[in-house]
Amino acid sequence: MDSRIALVLKLVALAGLLAFPVFGSPFYVEMLAKILVLAIFAMSLDLLVGFTGLVSLGHAAFFGVAAYAVALLTPKYDPASLWLALPLSVLGAAAAAFVIGLFVLRSKGIYFIMVTLAFAQMAYYVFHDTALGGGSDGIYLNFKPDASIAGWAPFSLDEPMHLYYFIVFAMVAVFVFLTLVLRSPFGKVLVGIRSNEHRMQSLGYATFRYKLAAFTLSGALAGVAGFLYAVLFGFVTPEYLSWHQSGNVLMMVILGGMGNLAGAVIGAFAFVGLQEFFAGMTKHWQLLMGGVIVLAVLFLPGGLAALPRRIAAAREARRAALPPDAPPPAARKAAAPATPPAPPMIGKMKQGVNHV
Amino acid sequence: MSEAMLVADKLTRRFGGLAANQDVCLELHRGALHALLGPNGAGKSTCINMLSGDLPPSSGRIVFGGRDISALSAAQRSRIGIGRSYQRTNIFPGFTVLENCRLAAQSRNPRPWKIFTDALRLSDTVTRAEAAIAEAGLAGRESRVAGTLSHGEQRQLEIAMVLATDAQVLLLDEPLAGMGSEESAQMVELLKGLKARRAILLVEHDMDAVFAVADTITVMVNGLVLASGAPEAIRANPDVQQAYLGEGAHV
Repeated sequence: MDSRIALVLKLVALAGLLAFPVFGSPFYVEMLAKILVLAIFAMSLDLLVGFTGLVSLGHAAFFGVAAYAVALLTPKYDPASLWLALPLSVLGAAAAAFVIGLFVLRSKGIYFIMVTLAFAQMAYYVFHDTALGGGSDGIYLNFKPDASIAGWAPFSLDEPMHLYYFIVFAMVAVFVFLTLVLRSPFGKVLVGIRSNEHRMQSLGYATFRYKLAAFTLSGALAGVAGFLYAVLFGFVTPEYLSWHQSGNVLMMVILGGMGNLAGAVIGAFAFVGLQEFFAGMTKHWQLLMGGVIVLAVLFLPGGLAALPRRIAAAREARRAALPPDAPPPAARKAAAPATPPAPPMIGKMKQGVNHV
Repeated sequence: MSEAMLVADKLTRRFGGLAANQDVCLELHRGALHALLGPNGAGKSTCINMLSGDLPPSSGRIVFGGRDISALSAAQRSRIGIGRSYQRTNIFPGFTVLENCRLAAQSRNPRPWKIFTDALRLSDTVTRAEAAIAEAGLAGRESRVAGTLSHGEQRQLEIAMVLATDAQVLLLDEPLAGMGSEESAQMVELLKGLKARRAILLVEHDMDAVFAVADTITVMVNGLVLASGAPEAIRANPDVQQAYLGEGAHV
């Protein structure tokens, strides 16, 4: 029942995304596209942070590697083929994640956070300080990748609407893909590692391999997001790999609720929404943003995605706290003094008691 | 008695200058329960940790089925059939009883590449998990969240998880720790049933339980094996009475 409501909500949200360009101005369509790309990025990180228990503070590296890959794969005066540039960029991000994962996954906890940050900073300076990445200005993507296959073009990413729907499709595909992965034997092992890695080892799992696979997969999906981000905005800068970016995506995951794919998507919406809202109020918006994150961590464990469940639990607790033989507050108010409660009401309340 | 399944050959483990285990020799046979006794700090946990692969020995060999397995990791030892339970309950508290055991069973046939297959539909895994739950006496609690079980039930779950891995050698570290007398009695019955088809090493403080189920007893003191033999011989051994049971202790 509960999962059916969740499915309906997801389908309604998807219908909203599909219908949005009909009502929204191009400015908001682009913003929504950006949020969806960041949602892919947040989901990829959630696979590590929320499901495997690996808090990475260097996830922007893989986002940025894929973004730079598409920029570097695009010739100066021609578009690159989408069907070549997308897999190669994602593969590049996956390869980077695999190699970095080999090193960082030997550490745990706070050390893991520090070494992921350190590797991401190294990647940042590779693109910032070498001729390869065009320095701090980055690289312009003069042409968006060409989607045509042997002369036939199913869609064109130069068309903002096509690009928008391509991004919606990618976001839904990543969501469905991760949902399937998480209920597979592989996904169950990741969640087991998060809960108790030592016991997973003593049960016979070579946990390092599983973590490396998760890290690589997560890097690849961050690469999908990086690719789309570069294509959407038409340029790349080293800022895509900066630790701010890693921190932002981590905040999206925390805000939305760790270990919950829909939460990662909600987190991306909330983060960008708050960013826009606060930036419109003051140039010190980051101060307000920080405050919101602190409040979310303090008062919303489980993030925004856990809100409906918490509200339901609170209502349940209030109902349970009512003395069983007292009429509900509404009835008490309505009833005149000394009016006994009607018999059917008693029957109902008895049922309720039995239920508890 | 049959050929030994697991042999500890002169296992030694030093922590700095302290020899937590010195030349410890043990043999585990199928169908027999070997109990490891000793006061606190005698080195029982160090011994079990070396056998399970949680702690590398400083010297000595561990032989399983005629093969030296001293260099294998804990995960590798689990996969060849050596399962262990922990003194401090070491489960997945947020998962259901079934999921705890299902994860254990899945490790026998992990199929990690099947990323589009629902793990709950791999019936061989689920069947093995359910069988282990029933054997450990937890039937009917499959959907309970493990962290909400009573202490005794969590100890049973600990055993069920090892059983779900189809382990042939069970290394049980104080399965009775913190149990009430009724729960203890149940666990002793369980252990009696388990040893029929497996080799068991039992580290335990509860004397009554040990003498009720053990076929062989090894007593350790200060990292050394003080005595080893049948329960009656151990009970009668003056060194054991002196060193471990204390003057005038009755067993």
